[in-house]
Amino acid sequence: MKTPEEVYNILKEKFGEDVILSYDDSQPVEPVISVDPLKIHEVGKFLRDDENLLFDSLMVLSGVDDFNGKKVKDEEGNMKEEGRTLSVYYNLHSMKLNHKVLVKVSTPIEDPKVESVEHVWRTADWHEREAYDMYGIIFLNHHDLRRILMPDDWGERYPLRKDYEDPEYYNGMKVPY
Amino acid sequence: MALKTEELVLNMGPQHPSTHGVLRLLVELDGELVVNVKPIIGYLHRCFEKHCEALSYNQIVPYTDRLDYLASMSNNLSYVMGVEKLMGIQVPERVEYIRVIMAELQRIASHTVALGTYGLDIGAFTPFLFLFRDREKILDIFEATCGARLLYNYIWVGGLSHDIPDEFVPMVKKFIKEFRPTIEEVNELLSFNKIFIERTANIGVLPPDTAINYGITGPSLRGSGIKWDLRKNDPYSIYDRFEFDIPVGEGKVGTVGDSWDRYWVRMLEMEQSLRIIEQAIDNIPDGDVHEMVPKRIKAPKGNVYVRAENPKGELGFFILSDGKNNPFRVKVRPPSFVNLSVLGELSKGYLVADLIAILGSLDIVLGEIDR
Repeated sequence: MKTPEEVYNILKEKFGEDVILSYDDSQPVEPVISVDPLKIHEVGKFLRDDENLLFDSLMVLSGVDDFNGKKVKDEEGNMKEEGRTLSVYYNLHSMKLNHKVLVKVSTPIEDPKVESVEHVWRTADWHEREAYDMYGIIFLNHHDLRRILMPDDWGERYPLRKDYEDPEYYNGMKVPY
Repeated sequence: MALKTEELVLNMGPQHPSTHGVLRLLVELDGELVVNVKPIIGYLHRCFEKHCEALSYNQIVPYTDRLDYLASMSNNLSYVMGVEKLMGIQVPERVEYIRVIMAELQRIASHTVALGTYGLDIGAFTPFLFLFRDREKILDIFEATCGARLLYNYIWVGGLSHDIPDEFVPMVKKFIKEFRPTIEEVNELLSFNKIFIERTANIGVLPPDTAINYGITGPSLRGSGIKWDLRKNDPYSIYDRFEFDIPVGEGKVGTVGDSWDRYWVRMLEMEQSLRIIEQAIDNIPDGDVHEMVPKRIKAPKGNVYVRAENPKGELGFFILSDGKNNPFRVKVRPPSFVNLSVLGELSKGYLVADLIAILGSLDIVLGEIDR
């Protein structure tokens, strides 16, 4: 059994600080380990296979809109948003060693790309499709990245983003009916 | 000359009696053999997670009823435990006991639907009626307690909506006495019926490592022979005080992890739930169920993932709070959503008729898949 802090130290030793970005235990319940979004599949594979960790089950994968953009003025004086990120949280659990850890990746909203962990934990397949559906996060190397809950022709609109607005019409039907 | 053959794509659903709700399956067939199945979901999408961001913490409880509408009590419990963990609320003993009794009654009620409709899928009508007759008694108990028969909004953050009425304990005891013979009856009618065994044994075999990798939980996982139950392995509430066994699939009439094993695990679990209720029902301590209900819920900044063993598997809530009155993000991990994702893998190489048997053995509810 390992505490999240020990897991963090093992990861930092293996991958270095370029990949394992930070450790945040300021919050009351669960500490968060932040990881590089383009290396998460390698970290995930290590977490699953290393004999001291054996995180064989991905309990849940959640997309989150951090909504942390700052309003800044560009050269022409127009307001624009900067630094807003989308995050993916991975709640992992080891059934053999019975310990848990929470891993997080963040990616800029303009170009949200995260490596897929579908090949590490098959359960991620549908969860990643859901995160794509709801937040527009692109999971690289996912074999079948389609919308899952929303209709296929919903367009480039991602309903769980905080600034989402209903379309006026959907296939000729007025939406706020 | 060789015959030209090609695969046939068959559309099943969204309205179909054996899909247990509004589920569409795209089935690729080679003759009568299933080559691939693609479940298409989302027909019941009701924006649960989006709603949560606009509601206060206790307003969300009635919405959770509508996830797995056959196990509303268990849904309430799981969500409420998450908020309590975030806020650090310790609920009174009396509340914990009543919660456990309710959750176990709900497990039996949910399993009766699962087993009864599974019989229907296969073509056995009578066990369905027997089981539904007894489910009715559980619903009567719930109705006497909180007025609702299906969607209860009973378990609140920090407590319960109502205390149990005086007739509650005798009603539960009477139910336990009357339900045991039903289990025997169903065993005679269905479980060891030759036709039923022929239809389900060795069908849809789910190997244990595939099950874990797909994140399968609940009776479907235990059917594959893995002794994994959150009530024992990651105890919550007061489950560590009760004695009960975790039934697992043993391949009694076929291979370990086949459809019959998943069915059988549910059958045995009902007996274990009765045992838990028997231990709890006479020991409910006195107390006030509203004692710890907060007047205003304001969770501190932070995140929590909490999970509970629902009748269908692990129901989890990932709650992100930014310290305001509404949660910043609520993500549900519905057991049926994850369990359904294995269907394609599970039904490859079986007949179309077996596909129905496999789907039924997974026991899905579309309300929590689509949210």
